[in-house]
Amino acid sequence: MTNRILTVIVNNRMGVLNRITGLFLKRGFNIQSITVGPTETEGLSRMTIVLNVDDERVVEQVVKQLHKQIDVLKVSDITDVPNVVRELVLIKVNSSVQNRAEITTLIEPFRASIIDVGRESVTVQATGRPEKLDALIALLRPYGIKELARTGITAFPRDTETVNEMARVRPSTLYV
Amino acid sequence: MPALMSGARMLLECLVREGVECLFGYPGGVTLPFYDAMYDHPIRHVLVRHEQNAAFAAEGYARATGRVGVCCATSGPGATNLVTGLVDAMMDSIPIVAITGQVSTKLIGSDAFQEADTFGITRSCTKHNYLVKTLAELPQVIHEAFYVASTGRPGPVLVDIPKDVFQGQGHYHPVSSIHLPGYKVYTEGHMGQIRRAAQMIWESERPFVYAGGGIVAAGAAAELRELVEIIDAPAVCTLMGLGALPGDHPNFISMPGMHGSYAANMGMYSTDLLIALGVRFDDRVTGRLSSFAPHAKVIHVDIDPAEIGKNRKADLPIVGDVKRVLERLNPLLRELKPELGERKAAARRACWRQIRAWQQEHPLAPVFSDTEIKPQHVMVEINRLSAGKAIVTADVGQHQMWAAQFIRFSEPRQWICSGGLGSMGFGLPAAIGAQFARPDKLVFAVLGDGGFQMSVPELSTIASYGLPIKIVVVNNGYLGMVRQWQELFYNERYSESITSDVPDFVKLAEAYGIPGRRVDTEADAEAVLREALRTPGPVLVDCRVPQGENVYPMVPPGSGIHEMVGVKP
Ligand SMILES: Cc1ncc(C[n+]2csc(CCOP(=O)(O)OP(=O)(O)O)c2C)c(N)n1
Ligand SMILES: [Mg+2]
Repeated sequence: MTNRILTVIVNNRMGVLNRITGLFLKRGFNIQSITVGPTETEGLSRMTIVLNVDDERVVEQVVKQLHKQIDVLKVSDITDVPNVVRELVLIKVNSSVQNRAEITTLIEPFRASIIDVGRESVTVQATGRPEKLDALIALLRPYGIKELARTGITAFPRDTETVNEMARVRPSTLYV
Repeated sequence: MPALMSGARMLLECLVREGVECLFGYPGGVTLPFYDAMYDHPIRHVLVRHEQNAAFAAEGYARATGRVGVCCATSGPGATNLVTGLVDAMMDSIPIVAITGQVSTKLIGSDAFQEADTFGITRSCTKHNYLVKTLAELPQVIHEAFYVASTGRPGPVLVDIPKDVFQGQGHYHPVSSIHLPGYKVYTEGHMGQIRRAAQMIWESERPFVYAGGGIVAAGAAAELRELVEIIDAPAVCTLMGLGALPGDHPNFISMPGMHGSYAANMGMYSTDLLIALGVRFDDRVTGRLSSFAPHAKVIHVDIDPAEIGKNRKADLPIVGDVKRVLERLNPLLRELKPELGERKAAARRACWRQIRAWQQEHPLAPVFSDTEIKPQHVMVEINRLSAGKAIVTADVGQHQMWAAQFIRFSEPRQWICSGGLGSMGFGLPAAIGAQFARPDKLVFAVLGDGGFQMSVPELSTIASYGLPIKIVVVNNGYLGMVRQWQELFYNERYSESITSDVPDFVKLAEAYGIPGRRVDTEADAEAVLREALRTPGPVLVDCRVPQGENVYPMVPPGSGIHEMVGVKP
């Protein structure tokens, strides 16, 4: 099983998120995470979908099925291209006055910050690639994690393209 | 400034512009404004007796002509009753537009009377769907709906219209262009791929043409025939493609798949080049996928890129309208013929000898009887009387398979059945739609006793419009196809498959004012059917066939297509 990152540009219309998730459900594709938000172009949203697949052909099917949606303008599999990938995590971790400094030092290399302090806990915020967040979470786990919230990733390729370009990914698989 | 008109009137305006001459529907609370507008409008509304049948009739209309069929239902139960028809149209790629009423925009989300989330419910069973929130967008949406339904890979589109949108007043501005940047249709096919296809075809020893519903949808029957004749390859048409090649064409070796001919399946099994045209490698055709055409390279032409490589890897994919692709492939093949045509000629002759031997040794042979009327014989009679000219709709079950095996069609769009979904109750309403579409044609509805009982109320529609449909019920007193599987795979435990309490269909027809006739022996069959054809208007013929007959040959579920059982010795 590997994760693939798809970015999908969609019309920001009623029901579009439902169309996409419904499609995944209907075809039995496994979504790891999905995030949606506006883009630089009004009326268009970007979805970032992380897909858990065991077979290259599944990715191809997913991309093709997404293309068929009328509200989908562009689909890109950016897993293997230079990309920018970011996720945000909030971790509420057990902490007493005694070990607060220890935690602060621990999270520093991750450029994480403490954004809330309670009597028995602190809340750590961090952003980065998911692997980095995994590592941070693993480090904090021994203190006892009370609550954890991850956003799922958002991403795009480095510098090369914009939404308006609308070129389609991997045209070679289409033979049109 | 154009005149003010209601949303309902505007909808009619749009339908007229789309060339809609009739729509199939059933009224209700929120569509009252629409029905009121239709009251003195020339468009023809056909009142069916259940919304499911409105969708099936719209499909029958579309399948018989290739034009978009239109159906209409009220909100809530009306809309949910359409769902089976929408899924059916989705599975078989049939262009229909469904118009549903919705509760007023202000009430949406309040669980109002007869409110259902039609937009949500039909999302996954339509090619696209719309909820029209304002009158201003109505014309655009309607024209888009017809465009999406009928272009690319055709399919159903639903437009949900709230009551206040029907009632609102606005100016109608004709829509001149459709702009859907996210909707791409690839029609032309890649010329380099087409060239490679021509090369591969001449280099193969046992090329085999596997043609499907895509040929019918694309109107590519002439091009298919040309291809088959240039390369002189054996060809099959799937259940959805029957008629794409004339049934009596010498290269046509019948239908492949679960109840296909032995020659079709063995030919497909042993080919070294499968030329797949407008097909989707459905499991009822391929049997166990791992032993489907195991020695073959595959050329796959389809307008839907997602079909390519979905079930079977294509060695040479071509995304395009199969008519456009064949229009360019055929001349290339012809051009290359003098140079390459003779290369594999010996192997090809050997392949044909083998196919002819399979055909002769294991034909699709009807069963006859002196004492009873065998179901296969009913089809032989229909075949003889229609002489390849009639439209035949079928329901779902054994009778459907016998009809597909024994009735020959000379053109596409003569054979109409529910393929992908296999929805019982389809045959009779589909015949209604087909007869409205083609008033000039003789239409047979071939039904099982089970499926007929799912659609009985439509006798009333047939009677009230005087549609001259010849209804043939293949009455075996069983849910025959279920019974067959129980006999073969469930130790003859006939759980809930007996319908021997079937009513007297002759009397039933007469209750609707439709003459009914009964057939008990083969001697009766010809006379009764001939008389039915002479009788103006609808006739129902109740064929009391024996109960235990099975459809053979058969690829048992999970088997390869070369492992057929019940092959005639
Ligand atoms: C709506 C629906 N329900 C159930 C089935 C499953 N099914 C397939 S064939 C069949 C039997 C059909 O019986 P009948 O209409 O008498 O036709 P026969 O097979 O006897 O020719 C059934 C129940 C179906 N295809 N569609
Ligand atoms: Mg029956």
